[in-house]
Amino acid sequence: MYKNFAEVKNAITSGVSVLEIVHYYLQNIEKNKECNIFLEVFSDSILTQAKLVDQKIKNKQAGRLAGLVIAIKDNICYKDHRVSASSKILKNFCSLYTSTALQRLLDEDAIVIGRTNCDEFAMGSSNENSAYGHVKNPLNLNKVPGGSSGGSAAAVIANTCTVSLGSDTGGSVRQPASFTGTFGVKPTYGRVSRFGLIAYASSFDQIGVFANTLEDTALVTEIMSGKDSLDSTCSSKQVEKYSVFEKTEKKKIAVFKEVLHNEHLTEDVKNSFSSLLNNLKNEGHEINEISFPYLDVLVPTYYVLTTAEASSNLSRFDGVHYGYRSKDAVGVEETYKKSRSEGFGIEVKRRIMSGTFVLSHGFYDAYYTKAQQVRRIIKEKTKEIFSNNDFILSPTTPNSAFEINSVKDPIQMYLQDIFTVHANLSGNPAISLPLFKDKDGFPFGLQVVANNFFEKELFSFSNYLVKFRND
Amino acid sequence: MKDKYEVVVGLEVHAQLLTKSKAYSSDLNEYGAHPNTNVSVVSLGHPGTLPVMNKKTIEFAIKLGLACHSEISSHQYFARKNYFYPDLPKGYQITQDKTPICTGGFIEIKGENEGQKKIGITRIHMEEDAGKSIHDVDVYDTLIDLNRAGVPLLEIVSEPDIRTSQEAYQYLTEVRKLLRYLDICDGNMEEGSLRCDANISVRLIGETDFGTKVEVKNMNSIKNVQRAIEYEVTRQIEAIEKGEKIDQETRSFDALKGITISMRTKEAANDYRYFPEPDLPPLYISVDQINEVKKTMPALPKELFVKFKTDFGLSDYDAYNLTDNKSLALYFNEVTKNTTHYKVAANLMMGEVKSYLNELGVEIDLFPISPIVIAKLSNLIAEEKVSKTVANQRIFPELLSNPNEEPIDIALRLNLLVESDENNLKSYVVQVLNENKVEKERYQNGEKQLIGFFMGQLMKVSGGKADPKQANSILRELLESSK
Repeated sequence: MYKNFAEVKNAITSGVSVLEIVHYYLQNIEKNKECNIFLEVFSDSILTQAKLVDQKIKNKQAGRLAGLVIAIKDNICYKDHRVSASSKILKNFCSLYTSTALQRLLDEDAIVIGRTNCDEFAMGSSNENSAYGHVKNPLNLNKVPGGSSGGSAAAVIANTCTVSLGSDTGGSVRQPASFTGTFGVKPTYGRVSRFGLIAYASSFDQIGVFANTLEDTALVTEIMSGKDSLDSTCSSKQVEKYSVFEKTEKKKIAVFKEVLHNEHLTEDVKNSFSSLLNNLKNEGHEINEISFPYLDVLVPTYYVLTTAEASSNLSRFDGVHYGYRSKDAVGVEETYKKSRSEGFGIEVKRRIMSGTFVLSHGFYDAYYTKAQQVRRIIKEKTKEIFSNNDFILSPTTPNSAFEINSVKDPIQMYLQDIFTVHANLSGNPAISLPLFKDKDGFPFGLQVVANNFFEKELFSFSNYLVKFRND
Repeated sequence: MKDKYEVVVGLEVHAQLLTKSKAYSSDLNEYGAHPNTNVSVVSLGHPGTLPVMNKKTIEFAIKLGLACHSEISSHQYFARKNYFYPDLPKGYQITQDKTPICTGGFIEIKGENEGQKKIGITRIHMEEDAGKSIHDVDVYDTLIDLNRAGVPLLEIVSEPDIRTSQEAYQYLTEVRKLLRYLDICDGNMEEGSLRCDANISVRLIGETDFGTKVEVKNMNSIKNVQRAIEYEVTRQIEAIEKGEKIDQETRSFDALKGITISMRTKEAANDYRYFPEPDLPPLYISVDQINEVKKTMPALPKELFVKFKTDFGLSDYDAYNLTDNKSLALYFNEVTKNTTHYKVAANLMMGEVKSYLNELGVEIDLFPISPIVIAKLSNLIAEEKVSKTVANQRIFPELLSNPNEEPIDIALRLNLLVESDENNLKSYVVQVLNENKVEKERYQNGEKQLIGFFMGQLMKVSGGKADPKQANSILRELLESSK
């Protein structure tokens, strides 16, 4: 019930109130408590908001998203509500403003049910890095939901909201979407305003959407997108009607040889992906197996640049103006050291240290400058691929969800992003579609990457691909 | 001993810009507001906030670049300078590192001898100010005011072309004058809207390598920059003479004691980890954009100086004094549109007008008399319709209370026009000679210098109106003829 916005709207048409729908979701939140999905349920404000929307529906003044109940990742600012980035350093921090992307949804009468658990400052691929405990995958409580937007993905599959918002810096929407069998999109860099998204790596971050249907994913993306005077990296390009899918013609599809034959792919992933490609070939699409020799440098390049930006972005959490301040610190120097040592978790500290290192005098050129050069090459190469192809396809992840506590080596964990970081390095829009299941019945996704600002084509083609869903 | 050494100084000037809003947010940029009132979530550095470039800052930077004959770069990006400080809420300052908006150029100063000297400009770049830490209000805690956080600054870095503390003084005076002429900074060093750090070193004359430089901070007036350089130069020379090594360090100027004190050595310096600011797109400046700014450029002090000298025939001294202050210079420029008696007008400006302004401590915009009236008064003097004394002592004060009255009308009303009627003048002379018989005899006995005395008396009895030339000849005539 109420698994998607269409079901919600049908219910409303047949006389169900938004308040009742909210109560239904609240019950599901209660049922899934063990999964540790929500850091906070906005019980008070959601009920007030639901009643207001019911009133608007009655007065025929309701917006396009009336009845849509959303969960937001704990790094998206919502005025007068707490936001902590799942960190101790922002425990009880209350935002004074609402992020642009969320505000656009609220303006269409969407309502927010709560904030979801995630990896601290969006750094992680398993949602095991939260200061408030890890999130369990609702499909199997022994498995991770993926990360860093694990809570948002879990919230959708557990049916605790209609859609949820996450953020994607290196795959943080697409990878958990893959692990939970949900749709998850990362729009083009600059498509959705980042104002009000707590920054991890500014030149990579994008707000994305999780939903149980492609229609909902596209609609929410469409409404969030577009020019924002508060984010100068946000594009002023016109937003097309993403939620209206076009009929798919024969497409040119690029597939990387290095992905097809990747050593990290599990058998199930490899087979499912190959058979999908065969199906597409049979339907008359052109599949171009091309070489992309940069696959192995994607993750290192990504980590040099994102940690560099993160080391600077996270400087503001210093115990002086807001957030956690160490109780026994004397003087300003000690306030910094103790507050940050006690306030940040281990993975965040690891990345701040790495980022500080790669920007340091004497190492800068060998790491930061080099990584920037590689990024430029990757962007150019990607542009070249899209001059001859419509989409790039790959599995979203090399495997399905893994067991909690099973990946202990951070480098192994970083390799979870091997197929997803590309789109963040190049800025391209990418979506994970829940097409596949492994032999144990666990989902994993197909990733479709499109040319920059080709969201309309991305959603339309995805709509065509959904028919290959293997349930 | 000092004569063996040459002083080498380069100055880094920070100018707070007179924009309405801050550099990267719409928060108001105003001096003296109640602490922490011009602070939105952006100035506070709250999580999720982003900077947005204020276009005015770019325009101001281009203006200053044009005024300094710099090259305006077409393609540039912003950088983050990372350091921790309580009045820096983001933990980094948005600045320009490798791609400053202006490079090269120069500022001309008055040289040691009458000539001009060019001080090279290395670069001018845009950045934001930090907040203010206030240590002397609360007994226990340092207080922070973030109104200043994010206020736009231009940093103007000079070449090490300055050779004396006097040149440093001249350079800063010229920088401040330019900023004020361009109307982009109020140039108030006491309030901190203009700040200066000095890089100072000494070397033996003839040496081509630079000595070890010391950076001196915290000088809150142009005079103090001069004092700090003088102290620092003496300190460095004495150290070198004693065989000591100069440490590369940062020192602070103590204005009360007139000395510099070590703050930190180079080893303790921060690694600022500059990298491109990912929240701001690169900036492109087109030739059209520069041309647009060029159209709005006001007259600069140097241009007015040359105009006053060559077009109006004024001396260097007069031209310099009249261009020292922008509004005064523009006022005088208006005056010259209604008179060709430039020197007379210049004298009026530098005499009566300036002393009135000084006495009241106001700028010329509060001066009640319009330029056209000053021009008319200049014409009356130059055409000898009123004497200079009468103009200064009678008409000018009258104009201050009746600024709309014509000077000629005042002269007529108060009967102040020069007396040139021969009969009337003669009767004044007769009166003076009758009242000063002793002096008359002394004159006639050879003390010719007494003519001045008689002229003074004559002016007194005529109420300053007597045409001096005519009166003088009548006086001489009567003195000689009545022997």
